[in-house]
Amino acid sequence: MMARTHHPSNFFNTVLTASIEQVSPALRALSNGLKLALMTNAGRVGLSLIVVHLTLAFVGSWLAPYSATDFHLEHQLEAPSSQFWLGTDQFGRDILSRLMNGAGSIIAISLAGTLLGLALGTSVGLISAYVGGTLDDLIMRVMDGLMSFPTLLLALLVLTMAPPPEEWLPSWLAWNGLNVVLTIAIVFMPWVARVIRSATLPLKVAEFVQNARLRGEGTLYMIFVEILPNVFPVLVVEVSVRLSYAILLASSIGFLGLGIQPPSPDWGLMISEGRMFLVNAPWVALAPAVAISSLVVGVNLFSDGMRQAQKLPRTK
Amino acid sequence: MTRFFVRRLILIVLTLFVVSIAIFAVTTVLPGDVAQVILGKGATPQDVETLRNELGLNRPAYSQYMGWIGGIVQGDLGDSLYLRRPIAELLQSRLTNSLVLAVFAFFVAIPSAVLVGIWAGTHRDSRTDRVMSTMSMVAISLPEFVTGMLLIVILSSTLHLLPSSSMMLPGTSPLTRPQILIMPALTLTGVIFGYVMRMTRANVIEVLQCNYVRTAILKGLPMQRVILHHVVPNAILPTITIVAASIGWLLGGLIVVEVVFAYPGLGRLLLGAVETRDVPLLQITTLIIAATFTFSNLAADLLCAVLDRRVRLS
Repeated sequence: MMARTHHPSNFFNTVLTASIEQVSPALRALSNGLKLALMTNAGRVGLSLIVVHLTLAFVGSWLAPYSATDFHLEHQLEAPSSQFWLGTDQFGRDILSRLMNGAGSIIAISLAGTLLGLALGTSVGLISAYVGGTLDDLIMRVMDGLMSFPTLLLALLVLTMAPPPEEWLPSWLAWNGLNVVLTIAIVFMPWVARVIRSATLPLKVAEFVQNARLRGEGTLYMIFVEILPNVFPVLVVEVSVRLSYAILLASSIGFLGLGIQPPSPDWGLMISEGRMFLVNAPWVALAPAVAISSLVVGVNLFSDGMRQAQKLPRTK
Repeated sequence: MTRFFVRRLILIVLTLFVVSIAIFAVTTVLPGDVAQVILGKGATPQDVETLRNELGLNRPAYSQYMGWIGGIVQGDLGDSLYLRRPIAELLQSRLTNSLVLAVFAFFVAIPSAVLVGIWAGTHRDSRTDRVMSTMSMVAISLPEFVTGMLLIVILSSTLHLLPSSSMMLPGTSPLTRPQILIMPALTLTGVIFGYVMRMTRANVIEVLQCNYVRTAILKGLPMQRVILHHVVPNAILPTITIVAASIGWLLGGLIVVEVVFAYPGLGRLLLGAVETRDVPLLQITTLIIAATFTFSNLAADLLCAVLDRRVRLS
């Protein structure tokens, strides 16, 4: 038997090598995507909107003029003024401060959900395509089953039945957006798995993979070191498309009252509560509506820009 | 064709089987003790035990599943836990209401989206194309509840043209007051219109770049004829698949829209089941919506197969 000199078939070693060797192609794919998007107007506008929202997410809670949860009972449902720039809600809470504080959670939830969903979907898709045969059939039937649910429906089902985080996690970890993150990941998994599977199938028979097999590399090495880096470009497009769905999904979940629980500011929930005052105090619901929409428009413009640029003739 | 049909049908049965298992697993197996989840933390052990017996939770999981799915196949949907009434009875009017709304939105959105998409694709980068593309981009970026709210602010509270709520007296049909359907249907239209229009446009642009289209133009056919006979038939096939996928959005959007406009449909029933932890009702409503989506995908597959021989043979 041929000795495997350069990569012992130890699980941890394989994973470690894989993660080191993958950081660079992942970063390259990412920076490539960024560069491409910046070549178009849509990409530039999109990125600026995203940057504004990201800034809010990181420093919003420090910059906010008031607390997100303090009541100013003498200022209920006040119209925008120099004191409260975007007006106040039914408890006299400052809407601008609530928006600034809520930016972090919706972005964190959608981003974490998307990334986790991509990780799950990529693993499932890679394994399914690489192993093939009955396992592939079985996995793909289950994914088909999951894809037969409209996304919001599957999300509602999982969210309703999943136990709240504080019941199964230590208290310092039990953030109440965690279930939404897991839900988004589960909902996205089958879609990502299908895309990755079809990207993997041609790679499986590619020459460099055959070479690795002849060298006697293990299955894990083949999947994570040889094949994974080559599906990164597909993944970058997937991130940008999935992210806007994730924001829409997370805000819908919030709107239906199944996301972050009050009094924490959640944009979707703010709209849901503000609907009652739509006639006399429309700013209560409109401000968070503009916030969500501009975020999704930004992400969509950005991913559009990226795809447009990929179709342009390369000038290199 | 028959073989293709039979194979698709077997696949659908298999998918529905997976769907029903998924629903059952998520609602009964995943939470550990459903009775405890339904009753909450404050429940006495005795109450929990009674509910466990009522739901048959003491039986093994596969026997519970067989009992549940067996009942559905024979037309017995079980009783709602919270409302204490047969689920079949609760569904009747809700199903028709949602169906009316969904069909209404579908037939407004899809033909117009496909037409606008074809037009935009063949007039690429013209000013109208840019305007339409920007509008569809905004349409897909707004969540349904934002679109719905904007419509209420504009059409109802500012212009006083339409009622802001689509509430109905029990036992009445939405068709007796069709004006209450307009805003919910427009909201649903917004989302799928943007999505389908963008995809149709992209498909048309792709087909326009094909060699056979260039040949048709170069041999001197009038542009209108090229578009009608060469471009549209080839661009419409991928569009059908997109339309089927957009039904998933439509069904998801239905849940939100029914909440925004207080419209008594299946989505509100489902959310009611979520709020009251009415597991039997939740299972059935979810199953109905998922099955509808599955069958609309089947319909799209069959339509594609009828229109394109290659699909049948692959």
